[in-house]
Amino acid sequence: MSATATARAQEWRRLSPLMLLVYPVRELGRAIPALIGLVVAGRAVGNGQYWWFGPAAVVGVMAVSVLRWATTRYRITPEQVQLRTGLLQRKTVATPTDRVRSVDVTASPLHRLLGLAKVDIGTGSHASGSDLSLDSLPAAEAAALRAELLHRIPVGLPPGSADDSVRVSEPISHAPPDRAGDIELARLDPRWVRFAPFTMSGVLASAAILGVGWNLVEQLDVNPSDVGPVKGFLEHLRRTPIWVDILQGTVVLLGVVTVLSIGGYLLSYWGFRLSRHAHGSLQITRGLLTTRAVSIEERRLRGVELAEPLLLRIVRAARLRGITTGLNSRGGADGGSSLLLPPAPRDVVAQLAAQILHDPAPLQVTLISHGSAARRRRLTRALVPAFTVVATAGVAIFAGASQWLAMPAVLSVPVAAMLAVDRYRSLGHALAGSALVTRQGSLDRRLDVLLCDGIIGWNVRESFFQRRAGLATLTATTAGGRQGYAVPDVPRSVALALGNRAVPGLLGPFLVP
Amino acid sequence: MEMRDPAHQVSPRAIVFWTVRAVPGWLLLLAGQLLWFAVARDYAALRFTALVVTVLLGATHLLVMPQWRYRVHRWEVTDNAVYTKSGWISQERRIAPISRVQTVDTERGPLEQLFGLANVTVTTASAAGPLRIHGLDRLTADGLVAQLTEVTSRSEGDAT
Repeated sequence: MSATATARAQEWRRLSPLMLLVYPVRELGRAIPALIGLVVAGRAVGNGQYWWFGPAAVVGVMAVSVLRWATTRYRITPEQVQLRTGLLQRKTVATPTDRVRSVDVTASPLHRLLGLAKVDIGTGSHASGSDLSLDSLPAAEAAALRAELLHRIPVGLPPGSADDSVRVSEPISHAPPDRAGDIELARLDPRWVRFAPFTMSGVLASAAILGVGWNLVEQLDVNPSDVGPVKGFLEHLRRTPIWVDILQGTVVLLGVVTVLSIGGYLLSYWGFRLSRHAHGSLQITRGLLTTRAVSIEERRLRGVELAEPLLLRIVRAARLRGITTGLNSRGGADGGSSLLLPPAPRDVVAQLAAQILHDPAPLQVTLISHGSAARRRRLTRALVPAFTVVATAGVAIFAGASQWLAMPAVLSVPVAAMLAVDRYRSLGHALAGSALVTRQGSLDRRLDVLLCDGIIGWNVRESFFQRRAGLATLTATTAGGRQGYAVPDVPRSVALALGNRAVPGLLGPFLVP
Repeated sequence: MEMRDPAHQVSPRAIVFWTVRAVPGWLLLLAGQLLWFAVARDYAALRFTALVVTVLLGATHLLVMPQWRYRVHRWEVTDNAVYTKSGWISQERRIAPISRVQTVDTERGPLEQLFGLANVTVTTASAAGPLRIHGLDRLTADGLVAQLTEVTSRSEGDAT
């Protein structure tokens, strides 16, 4: 870094003043339901003397925005990133630059219109409020900041720490990432959109839209059956037989869910591109309206999660997430910042995982199944509740409830049995290369590949019934992702041997033959 | 392959502590049922059965749980690792390497102070892996914290 750049970097900097346009619009957007409520309430009280509520709210929001802009400053020194906020209660968040794990640059359509971007700096701390969010900077400055933060060479690592084995230092450069230094690992294939209907996002989006719509109807105090089209629709329902209604309803619902899920897929993943930068980071850019650029330091990558929920499994697809210190695995409907590949053919996902891990073994290894005791346990755990449902329904029918109750009750037994068998089939583990591989779940099946270097402890849990069956659940704890990755219901001695082989020397002193 | 238990047991005073701590919950339930007994007119048999069941369950829990816990709860610190075992019906062993230890806390609630006990919590960078040792003798706890601080300060790194 040149001397002038250093000097500039060490001054306290403000956010872009253009954010004064972003904040009010967003806050007002959030306040729309409340404003509608106010208008309705004002009308209900009558006389119109409360007309000033609306303008007052707008002025209030503007004032808060200006205040927030005026009191927020940030500074980047060679050692620390510092953020100062607040007027009365001043707060300074400072984080060492070598603890920066991820830099996430997001731009909503409004941000993009004004040439702005929001920068989230992840530090991997669990304490809330310790992450830094700069909303907003000019887009170019945001990109430069990202490059600057991620391509520093960490100074705080002593020799011999587990992190060191991954990478040795490289020449320092603060140039923004250029495409020339990139190796592209994956890019969105538009044909993958066909997997969108098999994700839950469409269902969730329809539910959300219905919820908002219903809320609005309630707020506006309209009787839905008075509205023209709805009235006609209800009339139509009355005239046709019930099976036609059900059929039509299902078709319409499927259509809506499909359209919404495809829309959601395109919004989140359009232009998806994953590349490896020469400085040892993975760069992900994606998004149609809201664009997102995420950088993950490969040094911080502890493994990958290959998620294959039942529906995606049927069409041989999966999605990939990273296990990274500093990023939350469970981030939101669009996969959050740890997403490495949106729903795509399973082969493509496995291939990408192998490329990211520099090792094809964990994705090709044959998993060791957990044996008959584990299968019995899965079956008991599924069938006992199912039979309880049957028994309860039986008592209810005996006591005079509708006989139709028998149908779902009886159905619950085969469904539970099928789930149990599938859950057992999913169970498996292996040690492959330098990684612990574990798979579990049925409706939400997941294959976790955790690098043994990233394992920072073991939990061996045995419930009463597990002890009687000679089983245990072995959990490898780690600083990234879900914080712990379990190998459920594995025979006790197998669990201990597995733990001992994955991290030599840790369990060993406590083991007896 | 089996795993041996950690070397040290917790303080025997923990048995009394766990018993005393479990009493209020049962008393609350009992008080509710006695009130029901006093107020209601019908369901005499049901009221009586419920009361008997509560008394039996409560007595069993208070007699069995603390003893069982005392037999399970153990801990050990070596130069390389912290190893704990806890629980009673469900049991869990946790092992963390010293090199990954981030913080060591002691905590003493009012009731624990009365019994001269302390809890020691050893955290790592994973939210899934704090090791808790309950019901330690106060002096043992202080010694343990000193020992852990000493051993962890020798190992460096950001422990992730």
